[in-house]
Amino acid sequence: MTKASVSENEVQVTAEIAAEHGLTPEEYGNLLSILGRAPTMTELGIVSVMWSEHCSYKSSKFWLSKLPTTGPQVICGPGENAGVVDFGDGDAIIFKMESHNHPSYIEPYQGAATGVGGILRDVFTMGARPIANLNALRFGSPDHPKTRHLVAGVVAGIGGYGNCVGVPTVAGETNFHPAYNGNILVNAMTVGVAKADRIFYSAAAGVGNPVVYVGSKTGRDGIHGATMASAEFSEDSEEKRPTVQVGDPFTEKLLIEACLELMETDTIVAIQDMGAAGLTSSSVEMAGKGGLGIQLDLDDVPMRETGMTPYEIMLSESQERMLIILKPGSEDQARAIFDKWELDFAVIGHLTDSGKLVVTMHGRTWAELPIAPISNASPLYERPWEPTPARAELPADLLAGWNQPLGKTLETLLSCPDLASKRWLWEQYDSLVNGNTRFMSGQADAGVVRLPDQKKAVAVTTDCTPRYCLADPVRGGAQAVVEAWRNLTAVGALPLAITDNMNFGNPEKPRIMGQFVGAIQGMADACRALDFPVVSGNVSLYNETNGEAILPTPAIGAIGLLPDAMIATGLAFPAAGQTIMVVGETKGHLGQSLFLREILKSEDGPPPPVDLAVERRNGDFVRTLIREGIATACHDVSDGGLIVAIAEMAMASGIGATLPSLDDQPPALLFGEDQGRYVITVTPDKAADILMRAGEAGVPVAVLGTTGGNALVGGKGEIVTIAALKAANEGWLPGYMAAAE
Amino acid sequence: MKAAVIVFPGSNRERDAVAALEAASGVRPFEVWHRDTELPEVDLIVVPGGFSYGDYLRSGAMAAHSPIMREVKARAERGVRVLGICNGFQIITEAGLLPGALRRNAALKFICKHAPLRVENTDSPFTAKYAKGQVVRFPVAHHDGNFWVDPDTVKRLEDNGQIAFRYVTPEGEASEAGNLNGSVANIAGIFNEKRTVLGLMPHPEDAVEALHGNTDGRALFDGLVEALS
Repeated sequence: MTKASVSENEVQVTAEIAAEHGLTPEEYGNLLSILGRAPTMTELGIVSVMWSEHCSYKSSKFWLSKLPTTGPQVICGPGENAGVVDFGDGDAIIFKMESHNHPSYIEPYQGAATGVGGILRDVFTMGARPIANLNALRFGSPDHPKTRHLVAGVVAGIGGYGNCVGVPTVAGETNFHPAYNGNILVNAMTVGVAKADRIFYSAAAGVGNPVVYVGSKTGRDGIHGATMASAEFSEDSEEKRPTVQVGDPFTEKLLIEACLELMETDTIVAIQDMGAAGLTSSSVEMAGKGGLGIQLDLDDVPMRETGMTPYEIMLSESQERMLIILKPGSEDQARAIFDKWELDFAVIGHLTDSGKLVVTMHGRTWAELPIAPISNASPLYERPWEPTPARAELPADLLAGWNQPLGKTLETLLSCPDLASKRWLWEQYDSLVNGNTRFMSGQADAGVVRLPDQKKAVAVTTDCTPRYCLADPVRGGAQAVVEAWRNLTAVGALPLAITDNMNFGNPEKPRIMGQFVGAIQGMADACRALDFPVVSGNVSLYNETNGEAILPTPAIGAIGLLPDAMIATGLAFPAAGQTIMVVGETKGHLGQSLFLREILKSEDGPPPPVDLAVERRNGDFVRTLIREGIATACHDVSDGGLIVAIAEMAMASGIGATLPSLDDQPPALLFGEDQGRYVITVTPDKAADILMRAGEAGVPVAVLGTTGGNALVGGKGEIVTIAALKAANEGWLPGYMAAAE
Repeated sequence: MKAAVIVFPGSNRERDAVAALEAASGVRPFEVWHRDTELPEVDLIVVPGGFSYGDYLRSGAMAAHSPIMREVKARAERGVRVLGICNGFQIITEAGLLPGALRRNAALKFICKHAPLRVENTDSPFTAKYAKGQVVRFPVAHHDGNFWVDPDTVKRLEDNGQIAFRYVTPEGEASEAGNLNGSVANIAGIFNEKRTVLGLMPHPEDAVEALHGNTDGRALFDGLVEALS
């Protein structure tokens, strides 16, 4: 293309304008040499989003390739819209987690809502009916003036979207820490079910095939959202509000039903949602994967505003839109389905053999970009990094002279923001729609959702302990994976695969890059040891404000298989008179524990070590007991340690426990956060047999006591009533949200 | 018992209703698209939950004018039983099959939980298999469930035995503490005068099997099957 053939009523692109689009001088130089000319404004906009951190993974790709992504259960690993796992009997589970951090901080309701909408589309675009939503949320300190407003907005946004589309929100996690004051994290996950032989991919094929646009109309919302998500925040971040998209869950619901109906016909060659960077990334990725070119005529794009330029149309992040390559001649059949659902349907172009993205409008050519050279030239950085220095062990005399009453300590701990009940949040989410929810938040360590019209179920969880990751990214990365594995195991599920949502600060700082590299190493080790591959993921970098980074937060979303939804364990004590046992060894590791932070006000020490062989051995033992119907309840031991796990099982049931030797133990054994542990209940007649089997398997198991009564009772008498614990645990969040600002 | 479930754009609990009806009756109900103008011959019409038309104008207001609703109203006048659940309650209220309106919950938030209800009148096929005054737990999942009618109408509903369910405390008290969403007189569900139409905000269809951890809703469907088969 000669310069003269491009529309001339656009601004001349200069190095300064390229820099304003986030391109480094070197990246702009690359673009000039690929094109052999200056880009048009439309071309610059397109390339700037293609090469943004958000779309290109330029800082993370090298390290992400170190994660294990294969296994006999994997049908499709990273690189598609979502990961696909074999679920037996011809079924597949399709799932992914994705961040919407930057937009949610700027406009919490719409930011969180469109985060849910985006991840739903990633899953149903591959042919799955979404059956469960989860969310992993991190907010700043409760004392920070914006936190209450952000919690309220994010929760309302997640509910407003998820409730309307009719997908139950069944699990998640919520933490608070001052490191998130300027950058909250909103990571949304969707799990869907499809037939393994009816998976839809995004690679375009067939020169001449029509390119079809369906869904909502295009407006000016979200332009440059991907670029915004690839930069640090500063004082003027509020001014970025126009880059946040606006969600319409009603249209999304129609789009789900229409797409799934279309997928039952034999008309689709390829399909992809228009997510970050909208029409640009969907068209470029689909054509690029197929080794083809694509011609788009923007005059035919359904638009909700007048006077939009090609630049704006190509960069709009208007929601609830999909791009489909149809088989030739099937346009009328497809159009009838979208007419039924009252959605826009427009043929906006066709595939070519040119290898180029060509954008025309008003009879002019606005962009003509060679796809492969630009995709291949997408920057890839092996950024400098430094390992995180190891934390000193805690002093041996840390607890000398500590003699606070156990009951009061437990109440304090259970009312701290991280451990306090999140009922206030989850009761705003429809967790029951579709009638297949066996367990939701608060009932079990993982959400459990039965597959439609089947007996089997998928167990779902999200996990990460950011304070561990800050102190030791390698250990923290491994711990996030094993905790997800444990939570699936604790309901009786066989863990199958994970999706990762890597939330970090500015990767251009070697210290931050070192956190990323360390977390990947820990995760990779754990995934390998547990046969728990990564099948999809998302990276969110530059979570910094005025140079202050978030805690490194590699959030893990995971799924597991339950052959029978009814053979699954919740965490509530099922009845009085049951024997309480702990599986796994208690050593008393207090470094980075919540007890240390909340009671002793220290964030020192290394996080607990993770022994992957022990995790596997202990977890397999517990899962067998659940599947045999012997374990009647199960809860993994994590934040707060052993006594908190017991208290949570008691609060969930309203049934107390007698634990004869508990009040004689040093605090480290009660509150330490040693890994690889589970609390289970069994009927008393099974206890001896379990101890014997555990001995044979080399699994440490101990009897702790018996369920019953309305209090936790130790050898020296009542420690605390369940009512007092519940009041402390249930009271904090509603009280906080109701308090005047 | 033959049943039809009406599906609007944005309905999202039609599958739950279909499953509960099929489990109770052994017959899979018809699913009828809102643009249809004819209904098959059925004994029961269910208007299911969801967010018809996104609830963007006012919950149920758009769906009440869908083509199929003319036929639903005609059948209701002929005595065919109609059950409106959640958004369905909002729709049949907007359509004039029941009095009153559903406003935003008093706390202005969506509420999803298993809520205690008291059965107020068992003289209907919907409630015949419950005991009067029985406290049951049905799941609720709504943002706009705050029922309102004027005081005279409340009196009339009470006098005619048109109140089907009330929100109560776990002990069965229809007090302010037991009022889930601010509804007038704690009303969770009402009948028409002939008690052939029931609208309620809670979801009996999501409390019908062991998986739900709550089977209190089953008697509602069993009662319909018994009366209408």
